[in-house]
Amino acid sequence: MEFLTEFPEMGRRDLSQLRQGIDEGFKTFSRTYGEQLEAFFSPLLKFMVWFEKLLLAAPWPIIILIIGALAWAGSRSWKVTTGGVLAFLAIGYFGMWEDTMATLAIISVATILCIALGIPIGIMMARSDRMQALITPILDVMQTIPSFVYLIPVVMLLGIGKVPGLIAVCIYAIPPIVRLTNLGIRLVDREVLEAAEAFGASHRQKLFGVQIPLALPNIFAGVNQTIMMALSMVVIASMIGVKGLGVPVLRAISNQYLALGLMNGLAIVALAIIFDRVSQSYGKRLQSYRESGHE
Amino acid sequence: MSEAETKIKIRNLYKVFGSNPKRAMKHVHGGLTKAELLEKHKHVLGLKDITLDIKARELQVIMGLSGSGKSTLIRHFNRLIEPTEGSIEIDGDDVMAYGEKRLRDLRRFKMSMVFQRFGLLPHRTVQENVSYGLEIQGVDQDEASKRAAHWIDRVGLSGFEANYPVQLSGGMQQRVGLARALATDAEILLMDEAFSALDPLIRTDMQSILLELQEELHKTIVFITHDLDEALRIGDNIAILRDGELVQSGDGQDIVLHPADDYIADFTKEINRAKVVRLRAIAQPISGEAPTGEPMPDSTVLEVALQKLTEAEGHILPVSNKAGQVTGQVHLADAVAALQSPHA
Ligand SMILES: Nc1ncnc2c1ncn2[C@@H]1O[C@H](COP(=O)(O)OP(=O)(O)OP(=O)(O)O)[C@@H](O)[C@H]1O
Ligand SMILES: [Mg+2]
Repeated sequence: MEFLTEFPEMGRRDLSQLRQGIDEGFKTFSRTYGEQLEAFFSPLLKFMVWFEKLLLAAPWPIIILIIGALAWAGSRSWKVTTGGVLAFLAIGYFGMWEDTMATLAIISVATILCIALGIPIGIMMARSDRMQALITPILDVMQTIPSFVYLIPVVMLLGIGKVPGLIAVCIYAIPPIVRLTNLGIRLVDREVLEAAEAFGASHRQKLFGVQIPLALPNIFAGVNQTIMMALSMVVIASMIGVKGLGVPVLRAISNQYLALGLMNGLAIVALAIIFDRVSQSYGKRLQSYRESGHE
Repeated sequence: MSEAETKIKIRNLYKVFGSNPKRAMKHVHGGLTKAELLEKHKHVLGLKDITLDIKARELQVIMGLSGSGKSTLIRHFNRLIEPTEGSIEIDGDDVMAYGEKRLRDLRRFKMSMVFQRFGLLPHRTVQENVSYGLEIQGVDQDEASKRAAHWIDRVGLSGFEANYPVQLSGGMQQRVGLARALATDAEILLMDEAFSALDPLIRTDMQSILLELQEELHKTIVFITHDLDEALRIGDNIAILRDGELVQSGDGQDIVLHPADDYIADFTKEINRAKVVRLRAIAQPISGEAPTGEPMPDSTVLEVALQKLTEAEGHILPVSNKAGQVTGQVHLADAVAALQSPHA
């Protein structure tokens, strides 16, 4: 009877020994390889620091101008462009300019990194079913495991700072771009691909001339989601030493500053909406050839 | 017709689809039919022992019902599908021995293909689609667009260079497909039900365009269709497939007048024979005195000949060959007999 009501657990002592063993092992690992890892990531750190400094040092009107221009280039919509510019003016007016620039820096670097890694991984997945079977569960884990859990090993390895923050953001934000690159390439019309092959296209020519261009709308939807997910990690990343809009939010939580939390939270939302609108309408324009015109 | 050289030579070609084709081949050689192989071993017998010569500069039609293996066969010529057994030679070269590079060159320079559902690149304009093969060949941009423009004009699409495929009707899209295939200057043109998706009128139109072009280009064309009218109209030779087997191969006359079996007779039943059968297929050697009257060329179709025979004296007329020599005679009774299908 006792067997059914009490779960037959592993002994308490064994369990704690097991955990200690794993912790020790990981600590030894990080002690031996920590420095090498840091050295490996140092170019990334330098780039991030440089980019953040650049954003902060640039006169604000220039930044606003660039943002307006990018929004226009992406969306070709006056509404989105004016909305974006007004949002940034408000952010500056309410004293959040520096934090916003810091957040912008980490989001941009994280997005670039995710694209640089995610698209090739997605292409590999699309090329072989075995790769897909291998990578899909990893992506599932990355997306569902609570972020606090993987913060622990990242911090143990690299300590607190920009790089571990960036890695945490990327772990969370990279899955959509990988998935959608894979999906986009797999969805390319078989007959179109066969035509390319019949004309003697090489693997490269098929990839860059047919598969990627036709998968682009999907890939772009992936980029959009990646940006959104990176933004949603801003607060958590600030817990391990990333500067930006997340820091005041954390401060607001521990000190019960309602207004401060709200303002910074709204700034994050504003960034998200701007990114989303711009990248979505750009994505739509990418597939304009699918619409039949007159005729 | 003079003995033309063989362009594509297929010998004992087999194709089995499934997880272990090699093993399934043993059963095929053991005599299992397509249905039995599917039933007992879950393998599809796509092609069975195909032996076929395709002549240079002629238009070879491959016919058969849906699922008979036409697409499978044509895709063997440029090895989009690999055979399970058998040999494929092009210009006397064993294509199966080709490595990746030579195979690619074969597809780039020697063969091009037109697809049933067009297979156009939706993100490229008409101009860019037509120059696609040239781009793959490595022709430089200026030259490629010049040549593309020429072929766009030839298929009657001038003015649509900047349009995207979705903006064109089916018939126009297939003209793009045809122009793209012709632009590479390949000697061999593979056309898999190229006109089947088109409306009847546009289809006849496209057939005319193809015949017109062929008149001056003299390519080796392999044309798949399941429509006998189309086959008879454009084909120099017709090969008929059933369940992966080649059941008859010959010119249109042969097929219509001497169907090898009921399957083919079924195909030919609905045909208007008066428009297809030509005198050379029914002319008799001259017995006794040659008939008087103006000789009819042996390429005359029955429809025309019947009228002349009805008016002729004794309902009999001489038949002449291309060179104008009288080679035989034909009587009204022979012509009328040839109108009936063998099983009518
Ligand atoms: N990849 C494949 N795997 C399994 N079976 C296949 C495959 N491709 C073709 N087949 C089978 O091979 C046979 C011949 O198919 P094929 O497509 O060559 O026919 P078809 O004559 O072109 O027909 P249609 O007129 O419908 O195009 C069919 O029974 C088909 O189911
Ligand atoms: Mg087919």
